[in-house]
Amino acid sequence: MMIHKFLLGMSMLLPEQASSYAADVDNLYLFLVGLTVFFTVLITAAIVYFFVKFRRRANDPIPAHIEGSVLLESIWSIIPFIISLFIFAWGAKIYLEQYTIPNDATDIYVVGKQWMWKFQHPEGQREINEVHIPIGKKVRFVMASEDVIHSFYVPAFRMKEDVVPGPNRYSTVWCEPTMTGTFHIFCAEYCGTSHSAMIGTVTVMSEKDYQVWLSGGAQQGTMAERGAALFSQYGCVTCHKSDATGQCPKLEGIYGTEVLLEGGQKAVADDSYIRESVLSPMAKIVLGYKPLMPSFQGQVSEEQLQQLVAYIKSIGPAETPAAAPKAGAAAPAAKAPPIMMSGSPEPAPVAPTTTATTPSPAASSQPVQKR
Amino acid sequence: MSNKVKSDEHSSAHGHGGRHPRLVHHFDSMEQQNEAGNFGMWWFLLTEIMFFGGMFTAYTVYRHMYFDAFAAASGALDIRWGAFNTVVLITSSLTMALGVYHAQMGNNKKLTMFLLLTVLLGGVFLGVKYIEYSAKFTEHIFPAASNFQWPPYEKPVAGHAETQQLADPVFTGHVKIYFFLYFVLTGFHATHMIIGMGILLVLAWQSWKGKFSKEYHSYIELFGLYWHFVDIVWIFLFPLLYLVDRHL
Amino acid sequence: MKSAISQQRFNRDGEPQTYLNNGHGLRSWFLTKDHKRIAMLYLVSVAFFFAVGGIYALLIRINLLAPNGLFESDTYNRIFTTHGIIMVFFFLVPAVPAVLGNFLLPIMIGAKDLAFPKINLLSWYLYIFGAAFTVIAVIAGGVDTGWTFYTPYSSTYSNSNVLLAGVGIFIVGFSSILTGLNFIVTVHTMRAPGLTWFRLPLFVWANYATSLVIMLSTPVLAITVSLLAIERVAHVGIFDPAIGGDPVLFQHMFWFYSHPAVYIMVLPAMGVISELIANMSKKNVFGYKLVAMSSLAIGVFGFLVWGHHLFVSTQSVYLGIIFSFLSFAVAIPSAIKVFNWTATLFKGSISYDAPMLYGLGFIGLFLIGGMTGLFVAAVGLDVHLTDTYFVIAHFHYVMVGGSLMGFLGGMHLWWPKMTGRMYPEAWARAAMVIQFVGFNLTFFPQFILGYLGMPRRYATYPPEFQVLHIFSTAGATILAIGMAITICYLIWSLKKGQRATPNPWGAAGLEWMTTSPPPTENFYETPVVTWEAYDFTVVRPEDVTGMAAE
Repeated sequence: MMIHKFLLGMSMLLPEQASSYAADVDNLYLFLVGLTVFFTVLITAAIVYFFVKFRRRANDPIPAHIEGSVLLESIWSIIPFIISLFIFAWGAKIYLEQYTIPNDATDIYVVGKQWMWKFQHPEGQREINEVHIPIGKKVRFVMASEDVIHSFYVPAFRMKEDVVPGPNRYSTVWCEPTMTGTFHIFCAEYCGTSHSAMIGTVTVMSEKDYQVWLSGGAQQGTMAERGAALFSQYGCVTCHKSDATGQCPKLEGIYGTEVLLEGGQKAVADDSYIRESVLSPMAKIVLGYKPLMPSFQGQVSEEQLQQLVAYIKSIGPAETPAAAPKAGAAAPAAKAPPIMMSGSPEPAPVAPTTTATTPSPAASSQPVQKR
Repeated sequence: MSNKVKSDEHSSAHGHGGRHPRLVHHFDSMEQQNEAGNFGMWWFLLTEIMFFGGMFTAYTVYRHMYFDAFAAASGALDIRWGAFNTVVLITSSLTMALGVYHAQMGNNKKLTMFLLLTVLLGGVFLGVKYIEYSAKFTEHIFPAASNFQWPPYEKPVAGHAETQQLADPVFTGHVKIYFFLYFVLTGFHATHMIIGMGILLVLAWQSWKGKFSKEYHSYIELFGLYWHFVDIVWIFLFPLLYLVDRHL
Repeated sequence: MKSAISQQRFNRDGEPQTYLNNGHGLRSWFLTKDHKRIAMLYLVSVAFFFAVGGIYALLIRINLLAPNGLFESDTYNRIFTTHGIIMVFFFLVPAVPAVLGNFLLPIMIGAKDLAFPKINLLSWYLYIFGAAFTVIAVIAGGVDTGWTFYTPYSSTYSNSNVLLAGVGIFIVGFSSILTGLNFIVTVHTMRAPGLTWFRLPLFVWANYATSLVIMLSTPVLAITVSLLAIERVAHVGIFDPAIGGDPVLFQHMFWFYSHPAVYIMVLPAMGVISELIANMSKKNVFGYKLVAMSSLAIGVFGFLVWGHHLFVSTQSVYLGIIFSFLSFAVAIPSAIKVFNWTATLFKGSISYDAPMLYGLGFIGLFLIGGMTGLFVAAVGLDVHLTDTYFVIAHFHYVMVGGSLMGFLGGMHLWWPKMTGRMYPEAWARAAMVIQFVGFNLTFFPQFILGYLGMPRRYATYPPEFQVLHIFSTAGATILAIGMAITICYLIWSLKKGQRATPNPWGAAGLEWMTTSPPPTENFYETPVVTWEAYDFTVVRPEDVTGMAAE
């Protein structure tokens, strides 16, 4: 009974545990709370005891000189050191879990701007300040900022990452919701006047409800379809020809593979690479091609960029090639599930917007990646 | 810095027997006073290293990120002016060192001469810097100017013909970062030179008035350290800014 | 060495000669080169800014009484920014070194003054000059970037007075660099005969370590705010993502200063605590050398941990893990200090006077501040905690519970030495207890708020957080009352307090071997030190009672 009450009380001091790693974070937290209580009680008890026992009395003699004790001091240097190492390792383990993106995650694209969060689902649904995701499915958030630094924070998931503006990278973070319900989204990095209004909700739904929800909106086609439209609208298609006869590299089948660059370097054609290549084509020039492409910085919005990325991804390899990427520190060539294409496995047609209700959770063949 | 130069007015009025007239009241001996000054100067220079170190760190990061842009932008600098200025500054370090030598010898006239010579060389350096800066304006490669353009206005740039022909706004942005760092680094360096030259003039005046002697010349030595430091900063700046990816 | 009381000299009016009556009028204060008078100038200015920062803190707490906030968001943003800038740069950094350190460091090492008295005065003028810029920035509409000035918000998007505040911080940085320079040179070159390094009081060690940190880190802040200021003026710069600049580089450069700055704020206070605990229990500090070395270790490690502010900033995962590991390394010397202070009490003769209460309050609050430091150093947990109220509570336990408690404890211990008057003991004890209670009520609920997910710098918040915010505001009110009491009785005691003897506490240390207040050159004869630190057998009874020995 007591324990039950205690647990009930404690649960009010913790946010809901709504993601797969939330409990891990809480366990470390509760361990540290216990440790803090232990040391606080220990030191406080010692102080109070000494304070009373050795209080100054009239005509106290000068207390004896006590030099110190190598043994005692070693003990209270080494024990905290060992405890610290233990906490460090525990914390690092959780961190790796939080920031190692699993390769079977579904992508949700996020754009932060003063002062709102904009979301795009691969299926085409777009949301502002709220996002719906299914329970029990791993979700990867691919995030970009249009202006200043924001931070995408869902306390119930114990998930947070800054969204940093700049051409070089997307911020990515993942979670696997374990509880249905509606939870807070906060912007955790101060971003100006209405920072505290840059909040929203994430709604975790059962798989069935989610499918119902998905079929509700999205009149403009999937992200990949919109990306395909942009691809022709901006004239990309005139150089990046699908039969590799253009002046620029063929993009079919390139997503997630390793690209050889001028100067002997290599790069993995992931989301950040594609975005950088649109904004800053000179940064990485593919081996054997001339630096002809103009920059599209300032012409393409972050959301459009994400649609283009989704398009390139959709025309990516149907299977992860056997010679899978192994560049980078931690990119084991995981056996990725085949991409379920909306229509045919062929490159998406240039013509935009065919059907609105194609359920295509374009599962990523993205290798495990770390920032 | 300039404050310390003057803190000798603090001369002892306490009339302790045997105290050097330049010994300040709260020190016990000239050795202690000189040691404090020396020690303080070295620590001050350490803070200066950290100050420039912050900028060098930023430079290193961006040079690594945008090497091509840095190499191309560096090509727009006139290597001859840079080399000339390097020689000028090294020479000024020599004249400064000779000044310190004559201060130790108690030779006030020669000291004054070498201090003035050092000022002169500093002036030459800044004059060249002015010529270089104004070229950046006429070539439209001053990063804060609204008419910034890359490649520079009416000026061919050594090497990297292929990449620079493209008016790529992103590449131009990286070039801007290079020129921003160029102006900030050389600007802070020049500020240090100007302050140093001001102090040099004061010291030359004091030396002319016969203030220094064999026993009392620590301000000259301390200032010498500062001047050499400013010189050394330039020794780093020249290759980092002018010689990015240059070949003979 | 003769007792201070027997050496006392008198001026023509028959008053004891002190640094306070050696010259009257504004000139004698504003052009003084006496480190003790400069310390008093600092005390007045620092106290003023503490009061201003405190008022801004109350405005923050008032706003947060209601979920929708009582002020406009924009106003609130300016309030918390002003609170942060003033408290960090104009109170916490200078408080202990520039007031207590300035006053005591030369006396504690038996010197007549700091090595460069004019530079010392210059540093106060730089402080005032820098403060003036900041005050103008606040009056002209304020700054809304947070005291951390993160780019590109501060460089491009904010339309508040970032430039003025940046210039103010740049200038005040040089003020602390000059103070640090003075301390280092003074400790190296001006110790009294016989005063070896390991006979130095731990307060001197702490200020020495602090000065090292100040001198190596502050220039980096100076260049960082310079680059920010230039970027704002020139509309081009290296932190601008539009031209390929990296905003995260600003964070690295900023925290390279601002994390060591935390140790700049807390190390001198730790030095104060060593003095308080030793002197108020008449015991030498347990494991003197280890405590001295731990100050240096904290200073050194402090330079290697800045990246723990960037765990979620998209820096590499491996970098995050390395910085986490190094952050735990700082925990060890801090833990050693706490254990050694506690052990010092063993078999002591413990006084219940206010300085001791502050000393013990410090240990308790710093303990919680330090232990919660482990929470935020554990990288996986920090992902959830960073930028929430947990971090706010953590660093207020260190900064207010640590630095402020240390500062106030030191002010009470040395008040008789600085002013020649005793403060009213009963009032002081009561005020300390009120502050302690108020402090915990203010900041403890913020740990819970933070873990529940309440982000920092929010003008408005979801209603479920309101109850805890109300607790916090109530605590802040109590804390403010406690502070007001202290300020009142200290001012009162300047005129009405009982006159202090040279050594009212029976404490050890050279500062207690001269008169209260000390004469201009601190000692009438240069002391020769033949004893170790905290040797209470050399305390002379007549200095304690103020009666000349028969």
